[in-house]
Amino acid sequence: MRVGEIVTAGVLALLSIYFMYKASANGIGYAVGTGPQGGFWPFWLACGMLASTGVIAFNWVRRASAASRSDEPVLDSHGIKTMVFVGGGIIGFVALIDIVSMYGAVAIFLLYYLKLLGRHSWRLTLPMVFLFPLVLFFFFEGLMQITMPTGLSFTDPVYNVLYDIIY
Amino acid sequence: MEILSLLGDGMLVAIQPLNLMLILVGVTLGLFIGAMPGLGSVNGVAILLPVTFLVPPGSAIIFLAAIYYGAMYGGAISSITLGIPGASTAVATTFDGRPLAMMGKARLALVAAAVGSFVGGTVSNILFTGFAPLLATVALSFGPPEIFALMLLAFATFVGLGGDDIAKTVFSICFGLVLATVGFDQISGAPRLVLFDLNGFLGGISFLVLAIGVYGIGEMLWTIESTRGEITKTDADISARGILEDVGESARKGWKGMSIGSFLGFFVGVLPAAGATPASLMSYAITKMSSRRPEEFGKGHVGGVAAPEAGNNSASTGSMLPMLTLGIPGSPTTAILLGGMVIWGLTPGPRLFVDQADFVWGLIGSFYVSNAFALLVNLSFIPLFIWVLRMPFTTLAPLIFVLSVVGGYAAMQDMFDIWLLLVFGFGAFFLRKFDYPLAPAVLAIVLGPIAEPTLRQSLLLSSGDPMIFFSRPISAPIMVVAIILIVMPAFKYLRPRRKRAAR
Repeated sequence: MRVGEIVTAGVLALLSIYFMYKASANGIGYAVGTGPQGGFWPFWLACGMLASTGVIAFNWVRRASAASRSDEPVLDSHGIKTMVFVGGGIIGFVALIDIVSMYGAVAIFLLYYLKLLGRHSWRLTLPMVFLFPLVLFFFFEGLMQITMPTGLSFTDPVYNVLYDIIY
Repeated sequence: MEILSLLGDGMLVAIQPLNLMLILVGVTLGLFIGAMPGLGSVNGVAILLPVTFLVPPGSAIIFLAAIYYGAMYGGAISSITLGIPGASTAVATTFDGRPLAMMGKARLALVAAAVGSFVGGTVSNILFTGFAPLLATVALSFGPPEIFALMLLAFATFVGLGGDDIAKTVFSICFGLVLATVGFDQISGAPRLVLFDLNGFLGGISFLVLAIGVYGIGEMLWTIESTRGEITKTDADISARGILEDVGESARKGWKGMSIGSFLGFFVGVLPAAGATPASLMSYAITKMSSRRPEEFGKGHVGGVAAPEAGNNSASTGSMLPMLTLGIPGSPTTAILLGGMVIWGLTPGPRLFVDQADFVWGLIGSFYVSNAFALLVNLSFIPLFIWVLRMPFTTLAPLIFVLSVVGGYAAMQDMFDIWLLLVFGFGAFFLRKFDYPLAPAVLAIVLGPIAEPTLRQSLLLSSGDPMIFFSRPISAPIMVVAIILIVMPAFKYLRPRRKRAAR
């Protein structure tokens, strides 16, 4: 955690400098007649971010924060597993949206999480996998009239049937 | 007496069978729309606006106001049960609502939110009825310097909301404010901070992308990692008697927060452009500061749920005031209501109370009826919300992830924002591990678009002289209080060191 704390502060300091650089493109001064320029507000806020990371680094040297005193790893083996299986699962879920549609990706993600990670029975998993996306479909597309991505063309026959029901 | 007579007539309009049915349907729909992450009152009112052309204008706005009420009650539900603030107005409710739910007191949190909302709604209705014209005049005296001073006061209260590490809190505030500037410069119209030259940033970064990322993804990953994979579920008892007992406990423990939220929320809501989000936040912060045990806030204090809920409900009613009396909407939802009124042939403004008295008093009467119905509907659905919480965590967690992504897409309609939501989620997970408070960033991204233009307009008015904030009778005291609040933590930090040095 101690190394992680200073690395995080360093990354955030770099991000602050990047924000300052981008903001300066819009001008950071005061223009007569138009007032403060477009980059004025974000530039000085990014300066505030940079100054804060300086204080965080100073506290790290003094070992003033809990993380700067801790010798524990940022992620132990369980933490790494969580990031790989849960975090990776979420990334996979979002990546699938443009391929199998939003509701298809929801069904696949629920199947993956409930059966493989949660180790639930098929009796719980299957109704959730089929019913929850359907409930979402009728709520968003039917009631709220919000269209979700329908994926590649192979999903069209399913959506044609569903759209016939709500329209 | 004349006001009471007009209000009585308005109540009679509100309880006509058609209007009563519309109130019931509107409140129930609003409750569920508000409870869905990503959707809030603005979505409900906007989507259902065309439906209102089927009924007379008076009934139409009563229906929309009922949706507004229901959604304001519903915003707290996802904050408490899922830990995701569905709308910016419900961010502050997450601070204590979620810890209460994790302690097995979700029912108490939901009841406190409902009671707080009801009290806030009732107080604001009374203030609305009695002082509408007077308060509308006060609201008009708030120009850019006053609004900026108020925003600075809200930011000052953030410092108190963060953890012990002030540098990390300040970083979080500045980070949220910078993210709010991404997209186009509001004044010049030029592209600004288009990060990594990705066109997706031209549309700006929505509050929802950051909020759902932080709370829906980051917080959930952190919970899964910190529980070490053990299947945990929140205990929450369901019984009518228990709900009634919780009503009493909420009133007993949360009365102070409800009182602060009700009055402060209404006043902040009345101000053009301020709205329910700063109202709920300031209600929370002032309740915490005035508490004898401020250290209990953020760990599951009933007052920490009741205060922001009273504040945001009160502000919702308050924001109707400038809309009706001056034709100035106080929030995005009231802007849509205003549009609806214009379509129905009604002209908001001072003459509305004279020319369309039946309409105005019918609407005010419906506020009272909607508020009462919202409480009853909300309390009757609490067992359903508790049932959600009783699911095993391995069932609830994927549903929260799904609702985060689907709700985020529903609000933004852009896959770029969903990927950004994931980036914020993973970033929040790591920052959480190093004790960075992220609530201030979420709130700053909401208030940033109000603060920046008012600061720039004020400096333009004064030709760049910052003393404009200290030379006006309303902005000066607000600025002084804000500066004291900002400096106070540094003073508290230095005092023990001086004492130690003296010893």
